[in-house]
Amino acid sequence: MKRAAPSRPVNKTTVNKPSVPRGASVQTTTFAQRFKSYRNHHKVVALESLQRLLSTPLPTLMTVMVLAIAIALPAGLYVMLKNAQLLSRDWDGSAQISLYLKQNVSELDGKGLAKSLERRVDIGRTQFISKEQALEEFQLLSGFGDLLQELDENPLPAVVVVYPAQRDAAQAEQLRISLDDFQQVESAELDAEWVQRLHAMLDLGERLVFALGLGLGLAVLLVVINTIRLAIEARRDEIIIVKMVGATDAFVRRPFLYCGLWYGLAGGITALIIIESVLFWVDSPVGQLADLYSSNFDLSGLGFGNTLSLLLTSAFIGWLGAWLAVGQHLRAIEPR
Amino acid sequence: MISFQQVCKRYANGKDALQQVSFQLDVGELAFLTGHSGAGKSTLLKLLTLIERPTQGQIIVDNQNLSAIKRMGVPYYRRKIGMVFQNHQLLFDRTVFDNVALPLLISGYSRKDAGRRVRAALDKVGLLSKENLLPIMLSGGEQQRVGIARAVVNKPPILLADEPTGNLDPELSAEIMDLFQEFSNVGVTVLVATHDLSLIRRYNHRSLILRDGLLTEDGALLSKAPYDDELPQLEAE
Repeated sequence: MKRAAPSRPVNKTTVNKPSVPRGASVQTTTFAQRFKSYRNHHKVVALESLQRLLSTPLPTLMTVMVLAIAIALPAGLYVMLKNAQLLSRDWDGSAQISLYLKQNVSELDGKGLAKSLERRVDIGRTQFISKEQALEEFQLLSGFGDLLQELDENPLPAVVVVYPAQRDAAQAEQLRISLDDFQQVESAELDAEWVQRLHAMLDLGERLVFALGLGLGLAVLLVVINTIRLAIEARRDEIIIVKMVGATDAFVRRPFLYCGLWYGLAGGITALIIIESVLFWVDSPVGQLADLYSSNFDLSGLGFGNTLSLLLTSAFIGWLGAWLAVGQHLRAIEPR
Repeated sequence: MISFQQVCKRYANGKDALQQVSFQLDVGELAFLTGHSGAGKSTLLKLLTLIERPTQGQIIVDNQNLSAIKRMGVPYYRRKIGMVFQNHQLLFDRTVFDNVALPLLISGYSRKDAGRRVRAALDKVGLLSKENLLPIMLSGGEQQRVGIARAVVNKPPILLADEPTGNLDPELSAEIMDLFQEFSNVGVTVLVATHDLSLIRRYNHRSLILRDGLLTEDGALLSKAPYDDELPQLEAE
């Protein structure tokens, strides 16, 4: 360069005076301006990418539905599982310990034992069933009534039914062991094995839901990656042009990241709608069923915290998918 | 403003696109870059826009050695160069205004702040009344002028034009050249790659002629007789 150019912006007046050549300079902006416009640009791009999705409603809807189903499946199972756990907690309370008393224990002693046990803090209430009551009940329920009348002696023991104060299966088992040591007690049995089995099954279910969630989360990620990849291909020419006029990678990436974010969020919201609709749909039959079992069980939904984390997670997966797709394909698209 | 020093470019397939090319363009200078197709015109422009890197030699633009610019720095460098393409390279789903505003938005202007500059640029190319139209509604000459407005809206010190008059009739070509002349007059360094010899003949500008990757002639074609024998050869191709 022979002449040093004064590095000043050319303004309108110099445009009209072509006599002295001087270097034009790239217009510079202050940092504050840049930051403001950076935020502004985010807002603009976020809206633009949303509009772009809405401008092709049918393909967008189909993608969103795929995402929503993949999200709703594990989330819906999770809701079912939580309800089952709530229900089983109700049933924990019905865990009862039957103390079969020795044959030589008199009815009076038996009643006394029941009364004294009732005073313990770890026991809610007790019920004494005398040998005669037991026999009556057995005759009524078993249908072997005639046969039993043939017997000289009542073979049934008196029973003290103990309802633990705590609704905890492990504590109930502890209580059973301590009651088994009582002198008057032939044997103590916890009628809660099925509750424990249910607990084991629910634990298993929880793991399965987790695994399913992981798998379907991956599916959501892959769907988003593929969708964004197609969007990038569709806008290949545009990407080349903006790169040619000086767009940074971040600038090119931004609309696609927002696109992924919107997909994830829309998928999450639709999944929520699906789950809530199903809950609404089964609510009244579940209520009837609960009434039949004289339970006051009520279906519970996802709740605020879980709803929020579902939306955040799906939005994040959408963003992540877009980020991965963009990272993979954007570098390959350069001006030639 | 632009300085090539012994620049060579060999492509991966072994083809030498440019060999030992050296020249200098000053601030506000307007020059043609010409030669038959495959002579290295596009390679030279690609090196200037950092689409390609030279195999040997140095390119200095605005006191900046291009070999020192890393991948991250390329976008910022490109903002200094206004680029006009033969096929316009407009975004056809955006209005004329949005097309011209693109470089400003990329450099961090808000749409509102960009408005004044975009209109000034559109006014310069005589398309102020068409800012809300889509490029598809414009004629070829008008589309090219949108491309020029976009190239200069950021007030870059350098304007590169790749066959800017390729698809235009002589009258429109003259309009485009007049615009380039005006930018050159206010200090923009303009390099116009073209094989339109009638255009070169009409304007008495410096011409860089490439032949098989070599810079064979450098000077004003009309004023210097010795270069005339180069012209028939060019026309023959």
